[in-house]
Amino acid sequence: MKRMVLRRMLALVPLVWLVATLTFVVVQAAPGSYADTIDNPRLSPQTRELISARYGLDRPPVEQYLSWLGAVATGDLGTSFMYKQPVSTVLARALPPTLLLAGAALLFDLVLGLVLAVAAARRPYGWVDRITSILSLGLYGIPSFWLAGLFILVFSLLLGWFPASHMHSVDAARLSGLPRLADLLRHLVLPALCLGLVGAAGTARYLRATLLDVRSSRFMLAARARGIPERRLLWVHALRPALLPVVTLLGLSLPILVSGSVVIETIFSWPGMGQVAYNAARARDIPLILGATLIGAAAVILGNLVADVLYAVVDPRTRRPS
Amino acid sequence: MRPPPRLLWGLAGVVVLGVACLIGGSMPSPLGDGDPVHAALLPPGSRVTVLDLADGRTMASPKVELDNGEYLVHGRRLTTAIPAGDVASTRNVRLWLGSDRFGRDVLPRFLRGGRISLAIATLGALVALFVGLGVGLAAATGGRVVDSVLMRMVDAILAFPLLLLLILVSALFRPSPVMLVVVLGLTSWMGLARLVRGQVLSLSTRSFIQAARVAGTREHRIWSLHYLPNLKAPLAQDTALRMGILVLAEATLSFLGLGIPPGLPSWGAMIADGQRVMLDGWWLSLFPGLAITTLVISLALIGDGIQQLGSASS
Repeated sequence: MKRMVLRRMLALVPLVWLVATLTFVVVQAAPGSYADTIDNPRLSPQTRELISARYGLDRPPVEQYLSWLGAVATGDLGTSFMYKQPVSTVLARALPPTLLLAGAALLFDLVLGLVLAVAAARRPYGWVDRITSILSLGLYGIPSFWLAGLFILVFSLLLGWFPASHMHSVDAARLSGLPRLADLLRHLVLPALCLGLVGAAGTARYLRATLLDVRSSRFMLAARARGIPERRLLWVHALRPALLPVVTLLGLSLPILVSGSVVIETIFSWPGMGQVAYNAARARDIPLILGATLIGAAAVILGNLVADVLYAVVDPRTRRPS
Repeated sequence: MRPPPRLLWGLAGVVVLGVACLIGGSMPSPLGDGDPVHAALLPPGSRVTVLDLADGRTMASPKVELDNGEYLVHGRRLTTAIPAGDVASTRNVRLWLGSDRFGRDVLPRFLRGGRISLAIATLGALVALFVGLGVGLAAATGGRVVDSVLMRMVDAILAFPLLLLLILVSALFRPSPVMLVVVLGLTSWMGLARLVRGQVLSLSTRSFIQAARVAGTREHRIWSLHYLPNLKAPLAQDTALRMGILVLAEATLSFLGLGIPPGLPSWGAMIADGQRVMLDGWWLSLFPGLAITTLVISLALIGDGIQQLGSASS
């Protein structure tokens, strides 16, 4: 077990390096540079060259790559062009909002997915199951940005229940303590709902299938023969083994937790990682693009690892005898 | 055996949308370039009178009066008077999906956008199919070194969150429609490569293929008789699902302004456009959204149905 984790951790390093290198190649191959995105017609060619030199863009790509790689090896992600701040500072500022949004969405996703799946599995092909499966199929096909627009229209513009964008109200700086928290939560509801609903559809579909699978297993027959009530049978005996694959889903959603959802964060002006990455790509802010993809890739790989390890922890059957 | 109902429902959805977009996509707009002054933001089902002017321009309005030798074209805010001599002809048109903020008929744009979306998703899925098939086959048959190099490469590309990768590439390159097909295809073949490799490796251990090998059947006959027929169903299922994902991905990119270049209509961009005037024009983002949802669900149903067919026959 320990050796498996250790080996996978070591394999992480070359994989992250490969991702970073691929990103570097893509960014270099793209037309335009940071100097071009400074939108000022009066910028003379000389000034443009000065800007390029200032950010080290006039050096040959291989040299840029090697110096960046050397800095990363010592834990230095460089300085963002547009923010004029260390990349680590920019990312560290964007991470908490993304963690909050994605965490809330994930919680909602799991709870709703679980309830829908259990409701559907109580009587397979009954009307609850039918409605649930139509609902989850519908949510699977709905573009998240369209759903977000619908939510803003109904809950924000027409009903006025929740604010349509940003993390805080304009006057939130004057608030403190509970009112400030309430303000934050009000801003959190719509984006978290959008992100979570789409996820819940997948979770419900997946969990329903595993629940039905488990229900036809022998230990369920044995438990039913022992006279255990149907409700307990479903919620305890069937649900626990059926939750195992959800652990994998959890691990696989770690990337969203860290990289954020570009679309939802853009629509709701949520100042998280997704928006930072999107703006960085538009501004050709190379150090920031590389930093964001590096963190994102590490999150994907770590998420896979965490899923496998958690799986082995919660399901003794998958552990190899040592 | 009878095909599962969900396969038929899915096919029906795709065929209806596809045929409508393919045939209607080349339909000319009865309003020309649109009349932003008099015909902006009319709800679905509105009737407008279109005036073709002698100089080639068109004007349109739900309310046109002929008042002693002059056409009075009423807009929401102002009325324009046109001498009857300047008007070559008039006709009545019904705007089934309403008009947008530039006074353009939404229906032809909706159909043309659907045609572009469908074409890009189909071609992108084809690119992914070929690349995924090639890499998967190479990994499965090329020996251990090739296999591990290719599969590590797949791992590395899969380590990008797909949408982030797409947005990164599109923001950097500003793709034309052709480039968009290539970008979408090249960012979504990895799952397919894994699938093909896994299928081929597991088929190779099956007794009927080993028996064929022992019996001295030529390699290309084993492939055409045994491997390909068994690969067909999983490939078709995967391609149907992938097309749905690509429809969503293209719509998302176009919504963000990174996909189909402005000037060409696309469902994603139409939704973005409609969300700017959400309170005055709810229909602008409603219909493209419904169309995307229907298309993606239909493709998912087709994928499901193919899987059911496969599991029922084996």
